[in-house]
Amino acid sequence: MSAAAGAGEAGAGLPGSPMVLAEGLHKRFGRLEVLRGIDLRVARGEVVCVIGPSGSGKSTLLRCINHLEKINAGRLWVDGELVGYRQHGGKLYELREREICAKRAEIGMVFQHFNLFPHMTVLENVIEAPIRVKGSARAEAIDRARQLLDRTGLAEKSDAYPKQLSGGQQQRVAIARALAMQPKLMLFDEPTSALDPELVGDVLAAMRDLATSGMTMIVVTHEMGFAREVGDTLAFMDDGLVVETGRPRDVLANPAQERTRAFLSKVL
Amino acid sequence: MTTPPESQATGQAAAQADAPEEIHAVPVRHPGRWVAAAVVLVLFAMLAHSLVTNPRFDWSVIWSYFTSTRVLKGLQVTILLTVVSMAIGIVLGVILAVMRLSANPLLSASSWVYIWFFRGTPVLVQLLVWFNLAFLYPKISIGIPFGPSWLTANANNLITPLAAAILGLGLNEGAYMAEIVRAGILSVEHGQSEAAQALGMSSSQTMRRIILPQAMRVIIPPTGNETISMLKTSSLASVITVTELLYAVQLIYSVNFKTIPLLIVASIWYLIVTSVLTAGQYYVERYFARGSARELPLTPFQRVRRYLTTWHAAPPAPLPSVDRDQA
Repeated sequence: MSAAAGAGEAGAGLPGSPMVLAEGLHKRFGRLEVLRGIDLRVARGEVVCVIGPSGSGKSTLLRCINHLEKINAGRLWVDGELVGYRQHGGKLYELREREICAKRAEIGMVFQHFNLFPHMTVLENVIEAPIRVKGSARAEAIDRARQLLDRTGLAEKSDAYPKQLSGGQQQRVAIARALAMQPKLMLFDEPTSALDPELVGDVLAAMRDLATSGMTMIVVTHEMGFAREVGDTLAFMDDGLVVETGRPRDVLANPAQERTRAFLSKVL
Repeated sequence: MTTPPESQATGQAAAQADAPEEIHAVPVRHPGRWVAAAVVLVLFAMLAHSLVTNPRFDWSVIWSYFTSTRVLKGLQVTILLTVVSMAIGIVLGVILAVMRLSANPLLSASSWVYIWFFRGTPVLVQLLVWFNLAFLYPKISIGIPFGPSWLTANANNLITPLAAAILGLGLNEGAYMAEIVRAGILSVEHGQSEAAQALGMSSSQTMRRIILPQAMRVIIPPTGNETISMLKTSSLASVITVTELLYAVQLIYSVNFKTIPLLIVASIWYLIVTSVLTAGQYYVERYFARGSARELPLTPFQRVRRYLTTWHAAPPAPLPSVDRDQA
């Protein structure tokens, strides 16, 4: 498919157009091909869960969507706009740092290891980007941060430092920090993998809340239960390719592909 | 959610209910420690004795010069040299470290060459070269490179001994600070800059707001070390006729020949300033340690105060776990 046709399909910002569209996406690290032609379509308000063995390229896919990695081939659109490049007269131009920052600011990302800023309190973590990146007024940013923290029951932890919180609380702060930027898309990179089992529930509950509120989400996860209950679509990745997508119940119950079946038989 | 205090409290309650008998055993003797302590004490007594009884220490001379105007002026210059040179060193160090880590190969290489050169030559030689700069460049001017100049000055007037000392010490320090700052930046986990970028922060914002404040924890201790070292290295400026502390006492003892007493005067002052700097470093470190531990340890003053206020109070009763459960 040509780039022009793809752009037409991606249709900037139209309600019916997909939030994320990947076509033949390739990503190499040196000679290692991590993504080998990803095709993926994520509609507005859709929750897509991505599963697959480690090393299958799930995290790299998220990082490409958030401009943290440059793609080597194929096309990737977020909200109808090309990721990493501007198309002008049939030529691609690399985006400047400022343009990339502006796009990243509209996409929230939650990491496996939380990556909260340890030298800032919980509240400072949440208001940092709204003030510095969006230029929000301090009072307004604090108001919004308190609302977000309240929603996940962390209001009284505002002045604590991340180290003083449990892993589950830290991850919920990380979610609040991402939401403070009012993103149009949220990416979760194995958000519960670093948590003790008894702390996973709170984080999943916060994510379920978010899904119900209509947020578009791509969730790389090993939580099959979450994928089944909250996910609209389940994508199985293996060896740099999206092998199978479908309704979570269908994929989990009777996978169409042999590789999916082999993977599921090991984890379920 | 686990709350450690609670589990501790219930643990204590359990221990009280069924306390096992305390062990009373004969402690191991340590004769070696007693011998070592005795040797050290004797040596210490000998030193103290000689300090008091040896008339050549001339303690009266020491105290009479200790706060003399010339010595205090010299001390002032020493502190000025230390502060200004360290300031230059730190600013330069941050710039060089960022250059060194930059993706631009020319910037990174020039930073490497700078560090190689200034660490590779003795600071005394550098001081002498700056002092004699007028020989290399009699006139120094500001203007368009290879073009006309707007402002020209005679190097001999511009580079006073003090200016040469500040330049020499500061530029040399920059090379050492660059490596310290670079180590600090590299010590910050990669996930931190990634999280900042994912929030849309630019690379300069990420450096200023996220990376450097965390790098400070690693940067501060060696920087304190460097400052104390700089205090004493500044005495090298005596060679290029800067009347700092050492040169000030040298000028005095070259006339009255009370060499050792005056060197002791200088040493005592160096020790005093070093002690002040050490205390300052402790508090700066504490400030940048916030968030790195669950709870900061008490400062020595806080510990003394707590000790004094709880001296006569009864030992704290074990926490009633019932209260906590209700709360």
